[in-house]
Parts: sequence; C-alpha cells; structure tokens
Amino acid sequence: MPEYRLQTPITKEDIKKLKIGDTVLLSGTIYMARDAAHKRMVELLENNQSLPVDLKGEVIFYAGPCPPKPGQVIGPVAPTTAFRMDPYAPSMYEYGVVGTIGKGPRRDLVKDACKKYGAVSFAAIGGLSTILSRRVKAVQVVAYEDLGPEAIRRLEVQDFPLLVAYDSNGDDLYQQEITKYENYNQKTNKGAV
Amino acid sequence: MRIVDAEVLTESVAKLCWEACYYLPEDVLAGFRRAEKTEASPIGKSILQQLLENADEAKTNHMPYCHDTGMAVVFVEIGQDVHITGGNYLDSIQEGVRTGYREGYLRKSVVGDPLLRVNTGDNTPAVVHTDIVPGDQIKITVLPKGGGSENMSAMKFLLPGEGVEGVKKFVLQTIKEAGGKACPPVVVGVGIGGSFDKVTSLAKHAVLREIGVHHPDPHIAELEQELLEAINDTGIGPQGLGGTSTALWVPIETYACHITALPVAVNIQCHAARKKTIVI
Repeated sequence: MPEYRLQTPITKEDIKKLKIGDTVLLSGTIYMARDAAHKRMVELLENNQSLPVDLKGEVIFYAGPCPPKPGQVIGPVAPTTAFRMDPYAPSMYEYGVVGTIGKGPRRDLVKDACKKYGAVSFAAIGGLSTILSRRVKAVQVVAYEDLGPEAIRRLEVQDFPLLVAYDSNGDDLYQQEITKYENYNQKTNKGAV
Repeated sequence: MRIVDAEVLTESVAKLCWEACYYLPEDVLAGFRRAEKTEASPIGKSILQQLLENADEAKTNHMPYCHDTGMAVVFVEIGQDVHITGGNYLDSIQEGVRTGYREGYLRKSVVGDPLLRVNTGDNTPAVVHTDIVPGDQIKITVLPKGGGSENMSAMKFLLPGEGVEGVKKFVLQTIKEAGGKACPPVVVGVGIGGSFDKVTSLAKHAVLREIGVHHPDPHIAELEQELLEAINDTGIGPQGLGGTSTALWVPIETYACHITALPVAVNIQCHAARKKTIVI
C-alpha cells in the first residue's frame, strides 16, 4: 500500500490520488470538532450563516482530548466514533471540508458524499491516545469554548498517522477488509485464539 | 463492627479512577499479545502492536491510555459488619470521582441532563452499584466506561424456546452491528436470565471478570468458547478494519428467570478494558 507524507491544506489533486488502504502521515493544521460542535455548525449552514471558523479546504478531526498535564501541549487524544457525525458529514463536505478523521465504519451517505464532493474520510486508531497526542505540536481553542472537551480546536500536527478509509471514488476499506477475514478460522481450520 | 471514615472511601475512589485510566490490566495486555501472535490481517497485527506500544507509553508517562476516560462505574461491596462514619456514603464516592478526574487530568465526559446536555465539568455523577456482603471489608472497583462501546450494547427478551441458539444469534448480531464502532478488540460481557434490570447488570458485571477465566458451569464455559470463536470469525478484526481478533474474551453471567422469559444482554467493552480494585 502506498504511503504519503502530506502537508495541509490538502489539494484536490492529492485527494484524488488517495485510495483506500493508503497510509498518510499528515502535517500542518487540522481542526478538532465533534458531536455538539457539528450540531451547531450544520444549523448555521442550513440557515446560510457563516461558521465561527473558516473550514473550507480543511480537515476535521472528530475528537475531544483529555486536559493537558502541566508542560504538555495537549492531553491524550484519539478519534471518536465517526458514525455519530454521519448525519452532519455530507453538509460539511458540501461546504468545502476535504477530509475528516474518525474511527469505525460510516454509512453510505458519507461514502456517497466523499464521491460527490471529492473528499476523503480517514481512519486513525481509536484509543491510541498517548501516542497520537505526541504528534500534536500546538493547540488553540478557536470556537465554542463553552463546550469544554467538545470545543473547536485548531491543531498543528506533525506526521499524524492515518489510513484512507473512504476515498473520492466511493470505495470502502472496512467492507473490503472484513470480507477477506470472514470465516477465516473456519476455512483454515485454525479455531479461535 | 469495623468503623471506616467516609474520607477513606473518597481517597480510595480518587486513586482508583486515575490508576484505572493510566495502567491497563495485565490480563488485557496478555490478551493483546496473544491476539497479535495469531492475527491474520497485516493491518490488524499492526494495530495490535500499536495498542501495546500505547499501553506502554501510558504506563511509563502516567497518562490515560485512552482519551475517553469514560463515565465512572463504581462497584462497591460493603461488608455487613462495617459502619461508615464522617459523611454520607454515596456523597463520599462521588467526591472521590470528582477528585480523581480533576487530579488525574482525566477527561470530563458527563452531561448533567440527558436532554439539555450541559457538561457537569467534574465527571460526576458516577454510576454506583452497591452490594451488602458478609464480613467487615469494603471492596471497591472503578470501571471507567467509554462511550463508543457502551453505545453499541443491547438487550432483548427472547422466547424461552429460542434457547441457546437464540442467545448465540443475538450476541453475534449485536457484535456485527457494532463492528468497528465499538473499538475492537473488545470484551463481550453477556448476561442471560434475571429480569429487565438484572440482565443488563449481569452483562456489566461479566466485563469485570479476568480475561482467560471461564464460567464455573461447564455448559456456560462451552458457550463462552463457542461465541469467542464465532465472533473472531466475523472478519471484523481490530478497529473493524478486518481480521481475526475481534474479541479478547466473552464472559457470561447467568441468573434464574421467569418461566415466560429468556432475557439476554450484551455489554461491549472496548480495548481500553480498564478496571481497578481495592479492598479496604
């Protein structure tokens, strides 16, 4: 599988090049937002109002960190379950977001939106929080501070490890990989671990 | 009669909260290592290696293994010969959670009203289960329960005639629907029997059992093994990205039930299978 080092903003050409299963080490600026922030942002978009942060061309990381200990840039952090953001994702991609980072499979409406708007949905490892927090070099709350761990934060990341889970062709890494290992032990007579 | 100050409960719970979040139990790490050896998918193998590395870093640096430090579920067994003084029992547990989450730099993930959804800011209230048992000791276990896997848990009343096949079908269906959303490799706590409330409690208590330890009844132990094999053959794998390590263990707890009923509950525990116990 190809491995890419990408710098934000990710260009439309780069997005097109990315295929499911590709590894990406992402550096630059990304924005952290999850359930409560998405609810507010999509309400604004539906009313043709502008967002508190310009997210056109940006990547959204579905996550909420632990508080930092003294001397830390950020507390442990890793993606939250992406499917909870599925109802909001098509509106955000239509608005101009080029990528999202979450964990776990997503619904067809996200797959379709990635294809329609030329975007991707990345997977990072859920719960890999200590390791991933070291790839964050700076953090700043930029909107919805009242939401605490759910506030929108701007992050500077370096070599943030991602997998392309849904690409702009509408392909699905979860589906592809699960099919390979269905009844694997039964077929190979290995039995369970 | 033994007298225990409520302050002791507060201090103990506080320490359990952050210790549980920082240091993954040895049985879970052993489960990761076993899974890493047998995992057929290269992506799955790499994920398991990274989880082991993450656990190591969390332990060395005294940091939470996972950022979702959960809603605290506290199990307390109080010996009937113990008398708690110097404060209200439940308040002392909640104060312990408040202190532990603040001093441990753990994430505050609790909203006070489920519909108004304003964060309480201190991760209280915790869910507290209390049992009165013989003796003069107090046993406290803190289980910081993450949202991703808890959300995928399920309960159903089967017809008694559906029997063990019905149970297997329901557990497998729950795991398949959860897929990668529950953050596998998971521990699948199963409750069978009891009442509407009891069966979910059984499933939750099952998650506390050490990985690798089977139920003492042979027919339940056999069902645990059969379900483990079936779940690991769903193809879901680590993080739902395909593979043969979907579950680390399938502990089942049972209870008597009504002649009309066969309740089943599945409580899914993500790979951040944290728990920490103290006996006072």
